[in-house]
Amino acid sequence: MEYLLRMENVSKIYGNGIVANKDVSFSLKEGEIHALVGENGAGKTTLMKILFGMEKPSSGKLYLRDKELDINSSNDAIKHGIGMVHQHFMLLDSFTVAQNITLGIEPANHHFVDENAAVAFTEQLSTQYNFAVDPRAVTGTLPVGIKQKIEILKALARGAKILILDEPTAVLTPQETEQLFEELVKLKKQGYTIVFISHKIKEIKAISDRVTIMRAGCSEGVFNTSEISEQEISNKIVGWKIDTSIHKKEHAFGEARISVTDLSYYGGEKVPILQDINFQVKSGMIMGIAGVQGNGQVELAEILTKSRRVESGSVEINQADIQSMTIKEMREKGFGYIPEDRQRQGVALTAAVNENLISNKYDTEEFCNKGILKKKKISEYARQMIAEYSVKCSGENGRIDGLSGGNMQKVVVARECMEETKVLIAEQPTRGVDIGAAHIIHQNIVKLRDNGCAVLLFSADMAELIKLSDVLAVMYEGRFVAYYENLSDITEEELGLYMLGIKKQDESQIRRMRYE
Amino acid sequence: MSREKSFHLLRTTVALVIAMLAAFAVIFMVSDTPIESIRLFILGPFSKPRYIGNIINTAIPLIFSGLSMAVVFQASQFNMGAEGIFYFSGAVISLIAIWVPLPVGVHQVVIILAAAVIGALIMLIPGYLKAKYGASELVTSLMMNSILLGLGSYLMTRVLQDPMASNGSYPYLDTAKIPVIIPAFKVHYGLFIALLCVAAVYVFLYKTKWGYEIRMVGINAKFAAYSGINIVKTIIIAHLVSGAIAGIGGSVESIAMHTRFEWNGLPGYGFTGALIAMLANNNPVSVIYAALFVAYLSTGADIVARLSDVPAEMSTILQSLIILLIASERFLHSFKQRWMERGIAK
Repeated sequence: MEYLLRMENVSKIYGNGIVANKDVSFSLKEGEIHALVGENGAGKTTLMKILFGMEKPSSGKLYLRDKELDINSSNDAIKHGIGMVHQHFMLLDSFTVAQNITLGIEPANHHFVDENAAVAFTEQLSTQYNFAVDPRAVTGTLPVGIKQKIEILKALARGAKILILDEPTAVLTPQETEQLFEELVKLKKQGYTIVFISHKIKEIKAISDRVTIMRAGCSEGVFNTSEISEQEISNKIVGWKIDTSIHKKEHAFGEARISVTDLSYYGGEKVPILQDINFQVKSGMIMGIAGVQGNGQVELAEILTKSRRVESGSVEINQADIQSMTIKEMREKGFGYIPEDRQRQGVALTAAVNENLISNKYDTEEFCNKGILKKKKISEYARQMIAEYSVKCSGENGRIDGLSGGNMQKVVVARECMEETKVLIAEQPTRGVDIGAAHIIHQNIVKLRDNGCAVLLFSADMAELIKLSDVLAVMYEGRFVAYYENLSDITEEELGLYMLGIKKQDESQIRRMRYE
Repeated sequence: MSREKSFHLLRTTVALVIAMLAAFAVIFMVSDTPIESIRLFILGPFSKPRYIGNIINTAIPLIFSGLSMAVVFQASQFNMGAEGIFYFSGAVISLIAIWVPLPVGVHQVVIILAAAVIGALIMLIPGYLKAKYGASELVTSLMMNSILLGLGSYLMTRVLQDPMASNGSYPYLDTAKIPVIIPAFKVHYGLFIALLCVAAVYVFLYKTKWGYEIRMVGINAKFAAYSGINIVKTIIIAHLVSGAIAGIGGSVESIAMHTRFEWNGLPGYGFTGALIAMLANNNPVSVIYAALFVAYLSTGADIVARLSDVPAEMSTILQSLIILLIASERFLHSFKQRWMERGIAK
C-alpha cells in the first residue's frame, strides 16, 4: 500500500455551470506535507471540499488505504480521520476556546455540558500538540494566528489524521507563518498527513514534500518539491511564462488628494480603534498601508469611504471635507474604491456583468438620457472593458456570479479605475485572485498613478505592497508605527516586526506623513 | 433561454403540478363524486365563454397586485401594503364615483389617477419609515392594512353607506363605470389598463435608471450604497410606484366589477399578489401568466363549489401549497445540479 489516500478522476460541476474540477487525480502518502497549488479558481478548494464531504463530486472515486470511500458529509469525513481548516474560520466568536473546540463533542455531565471537563480536555490537547492556547479566552478577542491554532486543534480533537489547511498563511504575518510551519513539521513527525493549500510558491518550497499543481480545474501533475524549481512551479500554475514585473513612471508627486488630520475613532468601544491618524496621499502617489488584520485598517478604509462616521478629526478628498458630501458627490469628483469584500460589497451577484460595470456611472450623460438607460452604449462599454481586462465570461449580459473570483475582481477594478478617477482606495485588490488577473489589476492601478491619481492601497500581501507603493506605512493597534519614504531597502521581516508591534519608529519619522 | 431560466420555469411547473395533485387528493377525500368534481375543476373554467371571461376578470386585479408586489420585491422590500391600499383606494374613489359628475372617459381617468396618488401616498409611510429609520416594512405595512381597513369602514358607515342598500354604498354614477369589451365574455376594459401597467413597469424596471437603482438596491444594498446610489430615495421610489399600481388596481376593480362600494373587509388581492409575484419571479411580464393561472384555479374552485360538494376554500389550500413549494429554495435542487451538469457536458 503506497498511498494513504487516493482521489481518482474526480470531476465537479457546480449548479451555476462552473466546472471546478475536471478529471483530477490526487494522492497522499502517509506522514507527508503535500502542497496543493494553483491560482484562485483553479479548483484546489473544491477538490478538498469534496474530500471533506462538503461537496459531492459529479464523478470520480475516493480510496482510503485502497478501500473505496463513500463520503456524503463532513461528518463522514471526520469519521474517516479527515479534518479541514477553512480559509474563513468556522468559529463562534462569542464562545470560549474550549467551547469552540468541544462544539458538538461536548463532554456531558447528566445531559449538561461539563465546562470544566471541556477546559481540561482543551488544555490536554494544547500540551499534547504544543499549541499554546488559553481555553477560557473568548474566541472573538483573539488574534488570527491563535484562531487558526484553535481551528487546527478542533480538527485534531475530532480525531483527524489527515489535515487539510486551506490557505492557512493568507492572514498571517511572516513571523506567525514561521511558527505555523514549525508546528506543522511537528505534526508531520507525529505521523499526521497534511494537505497545504496555497498559491505562495516560496511557502510551498519551504514546507512541502510533494506538490500537486492545479490549473483551470485540472491537475498539472504531482512532483517532489525538491525536484522542481520555483520558476517551474510558477509556469505550471499559470500555464505559460508570465512576466509580472511592474514599471512605474518616475515623477514628482502633485498636490494632496487625500488629507487625513488628527483622525481618531472609537466606534462605541472604550479603546480607540484609530488614534492620531495623520497622512496625505498626493497626486501620482501610491501609499501602501501594511498591518496585521484587525489593527484599524478596515475601519480607516470604511471612514474614508463613508460607511463609518468621522468622529473626530477631518478627512478631505480633493480638498473637500467628506462629511459634507454624499457618496454620489464624492464619486462625481473622481473617487474610486475597490472594496475588500468583493462578494458582499463589490458586486451585485445576480445582476449581469454590464450592470455591474456601470453602477458608479449609470446616470452620466454617456449612459443615460432623461432617465432612460442607453442600452447600446452600455453594451459597447461593457464589451470594451471585458476585452481590455480580458474578463473571462459568457458575455456582457451573463450574470456575474458565473465568473471566477479573479474575473469578478477584474470587473470591479475596471469599474473603479476610470480615466476620471482622481482618488482610488484599494482594499486587498488582489486577494483571492490568480497571478494573471493580479498582474492586470496591478498594471491598471499603476496606470492610474502614472496619470496623477492618488492611490491608498491596503493589502495583506507584503510583496504586493512593496511592489506597488511609493511610500508605505504600517498600522498597529490603530496607529501608524512606521513610515517609509523609500522602499528600496525594506525587508518583509522588518515589516513583520512593525506589524506585530515589536518595533516602532520614533514620532519624528511618522510625522513626516503629514508633509508639513 | 439559459438553463438557469429554463430550470426556474420547470421548477414552477412541477410545483404547480404537485399542488394540483394534492388538490385532487383533497377532492377524493371530501367528495362523493371525485372524478366528476376533478373534471369540473380542470375543465369547468373553459366550458362557457362566461367562465373564460371570469378567469380574465379575476386575473385583472391579480395582475395589478402582482405587479405592485413585484416592484417592492425587486427592491428586496417585503411590503404587504397592497392589500390595504386595494381596499382603501376603492373606498376613497367611491366618493368621486358617486358624487363628482364628470363626462365619461374623464371620470374614469380622474378616478384612476386619484387612486394612484392615494396608493402612492399610503405606501410612502412604510417606505419612508423603512428607508429613513429602518422600521421593518413588513410589520408597518401589515399594521397599516388594519388602520386602512378601520379608516375605510369609518368612511363607509359615516359617508358612503346607502341607507336603501342592505350592504353597500350609494351606487356609482354611470359615467364612472368601466364597460365590458365583449358582452359574451364579460371581460372589461380594465384588462387593457392592466396590460398597460405591465408594459410600463417592465420599461420602468429594466430600461430606466430608477429601475436599475431599484434592482441594484434589491440585489445588494451595500453594493448600491457604495456605488453612490441613494438608498433612501430608491426605496421610497419603489414604494411609491408599488403603491400607485395597487391604488390603480383597487380603483379599476371597484368601478369595473362593482356598481357600488361593497367590500366589508380586506379583499385579499394583496396577499394573492405576493403569490403571483413569487410565481413570476418578480418579472412584470410573467405576472400576467401567473395571474391568469391563479385566476383559473380559483374559477375552477368556484365552479366545483357551486356544482358539487367540494368547498371553494380548496383553492386557498392550493395557493398555500404553491407558495410553500416555490418559496423552498432547495426544492428540486439536486435535479438542477444534474441538469446543469448535462448542460456543461454537451
